Amino acid sequence: MKELITKYYYGDLEGGTSSGGGSSPAVSGTRGGTDVAWPLWEVFIRSKQGLDHKHVGSLHAADAQMAVENARDVYTRRQEGISIWVVESKYIHASNPDEAQSLYDPANDKAYRHPTFYDLPDELTHM
Amino acid sequence: MPAMPVTDFEKVFQDKVDKEIKIEPRDWMPDKYRQTLIRQVSQHAHSEIVGMLPEGNWISRAPSLRRKAILIAKVQDEAGHGLYLYSAAETLGISREEMIDQLHSGKAKYSSIFNYPTITWADMGAIGWLVDGAAIMNQVPLCRTSYGPYARAMVRVCKEESFHQRQGFEILLVLSKGSEAQKRMCQDAINRWWWPSVMMFGPADEASPHTAQSMKWKVKRFTNDELRQRFVDICAEQVKLLGMTLPDKDLKWNAARNHYDFGPIDWEELKNVINGNGPCNKERLAARVKAHEEGAWVREAAIAYAEKKKARGNKESLEAA
Repeated sequence: MKELITKYYYGDLEGGTSSGGGSSPAVSGTRGGTDVAWPLWEVFIRSKQGLDHKHVGSLHAADAQMAVENARDVYTRRQEGISIWVVESKYIHASNPDEAQSLYDPANDKAYRHPTFYDLPDELTHM
Repeated sequence: MPAMPVTDFEKVFQDKVDKEIKIEPRDWMPDKYRQTLIRQVSQHAHSEIVGMLPEGNWISRAPSLRRKAILIAKVQDEAGHGLYLYSAAETLGISREEMIDQLHSGKAKYSSIFNYPTITWADMGAIGWLVDGAAIMNQVPLCRTSYGPYARAMVRVCKEESFHQRQGFEILLVLSKGSEAQKRMCQDAINRWWWPSVMMFGPADEASPHTAQSMKWKVKRFTNDELRQRFVDICAEQVKLLGMTLPDKDLKWNAARNHYDFGPIDWEELKNVINGNGPCNKERLAARVKAHEEGAWVREAAIAYAEKKKARGNKESLEAA
């Protein structure tokens, strides 16, 4: 089963009409003869006990309101969340994993940033 | 960054896999790895969605309001599972529409178990206990699969799946303590769902040529036969609590192996069902195609409404300016 797979990277998807990349849009409808796609959204949820929003997954929706409602239906069925953020995937910018080595290099030789680096007497309390 | 030959990329990739470091969407991966995962994850997603149909059949006829609400919640979970998996597959470079086309055209497969009919209420119990049980056995190890989005989807799925199995077993437990007719119905459902569930683990290891590569890439963590044996061992004990039997006269504890021996699997039947000749294949696919086609107006209306709102918003901000 030979498939033609367009190897664009996740997050580079074009919302809207079929891009030159060749793959057809996800979830589309026709309007005036042209296919229009539902954009992809990333979902972040903060739980009752949580301090920050965590990425839980993605979904397609026509607009922000639908994205929030769908996120509620899909990702909070067990009272997991009290706050939902949705962001269109195209607005997320990520670091390039190929450049990880050089990007994080400055931190590699600075062990003195960690508390365990410092050798202090055991009698010292509250520190 | 200087160009690296592909073999170096492969080395870096395999190194990550060996060290249990997750492969993420933007990482380099062998084409075969990507294709294997697209096939596996999308077919897993299709299985969840098609899997809603055999149980959806009984929502309108559940014996009590409590049972109806529970069954609805279970079926709703399956829809969610399908969604997590479609989303994970999309990170590999395939679109939702393409995957749905593959399902509807018959190009993509889904789990053979869903091509069997649900003819009594007891089938709901058997499905929850055996089918979800087999799925859990397969999915728990997948929480540690090498591809990040797939592993994370599996973690979520597993959390939700355990109530499914408990709900199924409880149905059978209640029936097993009921009238003679209910006990017979319980045993009958077990008789019909046992072997198809055993077949859910796929072909025997010796008949599964892709297993070796899948294990090396940690797409698969245990072989088909390993998981199948575990499933049989566990169910053989659980069935005793129902006072029922599994329809296998060769099922017997083997102290030397420390496992249950079990009878031969009818691979012809599995092959037939996978190739579209099961009792409900056509029906299942027709239901999916119909849902997609009849729902087109909803998708279009959503876009039209979104555009209308946007235009109205633009107009208002223009007027305000």
